[in-house]
Amino acid sequence: MPEVRVMSGNMSAAYGAKISGVEVIAAYPITPQTTIVEYLSQFVSNGELKAKYIKVESEHSAMSACIGASATGARTFTATSSQGLALMHEMVVVAASMRLPIVMAVVNRTLAAPINIWCDYSDVMFERDSGWIQIFCENNQEVLDTIVQAYRISESKEVMLPTMVNLDGFTLSHTYEPVEIPDEDEVRDFLPPYEPEYKLDVDNPMTLGPLVTPDYTMEFKYRMEEGMEAARKEIPKAQEEFHKLFGRKYDVLDGYMLEDAEYVLVTMGALSGTAKETVDELRKEGKKVGILRIRVFRPFPREEIRELLREREAIGVIDRAHSYGSRPPVYLEVRDSLYGEETLVNSYVSGIGGRDIRTDEIKWIFKDMEDSSKKKEERMHWIGLRR
Amino acid sequence: MREIRFHGRGGQGAVTAAQILADAVFREGKYSQAFPFFGAERRGAPVMAFARIDDRPIRVRSHVYEPDYVVVLDPTLLEVVKVTEGMREGGILIVNTERNPEDIACETCSKVATVDATTIALDILGVPITNTAILGAFAKATGEVKIETVLDSIRRMSPAKPEENARAAERAYSETKVLEV
Repeated sequence: MPEVRVMSGNMSAAYGAKISGVEVIAAYPITPQTTIVEYLSQFVSNGELKAKYIKVESEHSAMSACIGASATGARTFTATSSQGLALMHEMVVVAASMRLPIVMAVVNRTLAAPINIWCDYSDVMFERDSGWIQIFCENNQEVLDTIVQAYRISESKEVMLPTMVNLDGFTLSHTYEPVEIPDEDEVRDFLPPYEPEYKLDVDNPMTLGPLVTPDYTMEFKYRMEEGMEAARKEIPKAQEEFHKLFGRKYDVLDGYMLEDAEYVLVTMGALSGTAKETVDELRKEGKKVGILRIRVFRPFPREEIRELLREREAIGVIDRAHSYGSRPPVYLEVRDSLYGEETLVNSYVSGIGGRDIRTDEIKWIFKDMEDSSKKKEERMHWIGLRR
Repeated sequence: MREIRFHGRGGQGAVTAAQILADAVFREGKYSQAFPFFGAERRGAPVMAFARIDDRPIRVRSHVYEPDYVVVLDPTLLEVVKVTEGMREGGILIVNTERNPEDIACETCSKVATVDATTIALDILGVPITNTAILGAFAKATGEVKIETVLDSIRRMSPAKPEENARAAERAYSETKVLEV
């Protein structure tokens, strides 16, 4: 029987890795690391999880060890956050380019300076172009379930790209709520042992990731894009089968009260829950409002977004990061998806450095969308900013 | 939905109290959520933790600004933090103090409850960690959760001395004074 426990997002991530049957975990256990790797180290030391736990001296080394382990054909996991992800960056790109199906939990927190340990997406947005599949979770159940799905997607022979499973720092990582832990036997049906086509093997020597001249590098890089295209098909398949086996339904995009919505707010991550509550309140007042939560950010569901959003009065996009000197990252992609359409798209930068996002702020955003639609002007705001 | 705000000082276990409460409430068939508000963590500094209880899954993720229940783990906080800020009309205030509920001001409260959780914790645990004792007072004052369920969650979730912590909560439950305002 699956067990339901009240647990944190960090513990949910650790259980997700455990029931996926990870064989190697490499991690650097100091701030900004989270308790995810502490729980995994406990599982290994008390014999609940038969895996090799490699304690390294930095995040850069953690990803390097994961790359080596994954190249030998081991199912590999790590977790990081904020500055740790930034330090890891060089090897993050190597992992994707070497086509290794590593899964990493990223507890999203801002980057210094100023020193701030709270949530936003400035850490992960620096990895936007790294070649990793990127999924953002709304609650702790989704964190656990998505890690299991991530191995299935990443290890698919057509995909062979690593996956980052993102959970909001504190808002999910340190929040306790009920989470169902599926039976490990049932997970084995969904996720059989990892059998790579190619691996490092002393009896059958080969080289992975060597020097390649300009003659071939473009082809290597283009095949990463083909892997992303394959992920567009594999992700829905994995979600569908997960739904059949475990009863919980996930989609690339999570629409809420979308059908007749004139004003749609595009969100990612945990604040989507607060936004959905706000939609319920505004619907009682007769407002035709809805939410479109982007769950899978890479590969970006451009066509689906265009279809869902093109005939609305106005769209608002919440970003928890900014691209200085340009427009915020999620806004840019949504705007691009709607290129050539008349739809108004507004940008709302919000929750930077852990600034709390309340229903009041979401209501303000919907009101601003309505107003901007009447005046036919696109707007850019930093929500709650003191000037 | 009922929303709860815990006020404590770093080291008193306000965060763990919120987690234990969320666990107990869930065991009684309701949905729950508990989370801390971390500042720069250091022993002795004022800290807050939040919890929510509902009959349906909880989606809202913002901090608690209008609590139904406020739990104060340290009597000295009453002088430095406005613990009743934003409290809903008819809310319940639960304070660890030697004083009687009559001596604690709360304009919007329907009830004020007090218990000397520090003495109980010192007697039973030997340290002034008041989080488990105050949960006994919470069960008594609010009736949101049975004391037996709270004791069970304490036994399973206490990082140390599970039996002693459960005893502290049980004694606090019987010693809590509740005043209808």
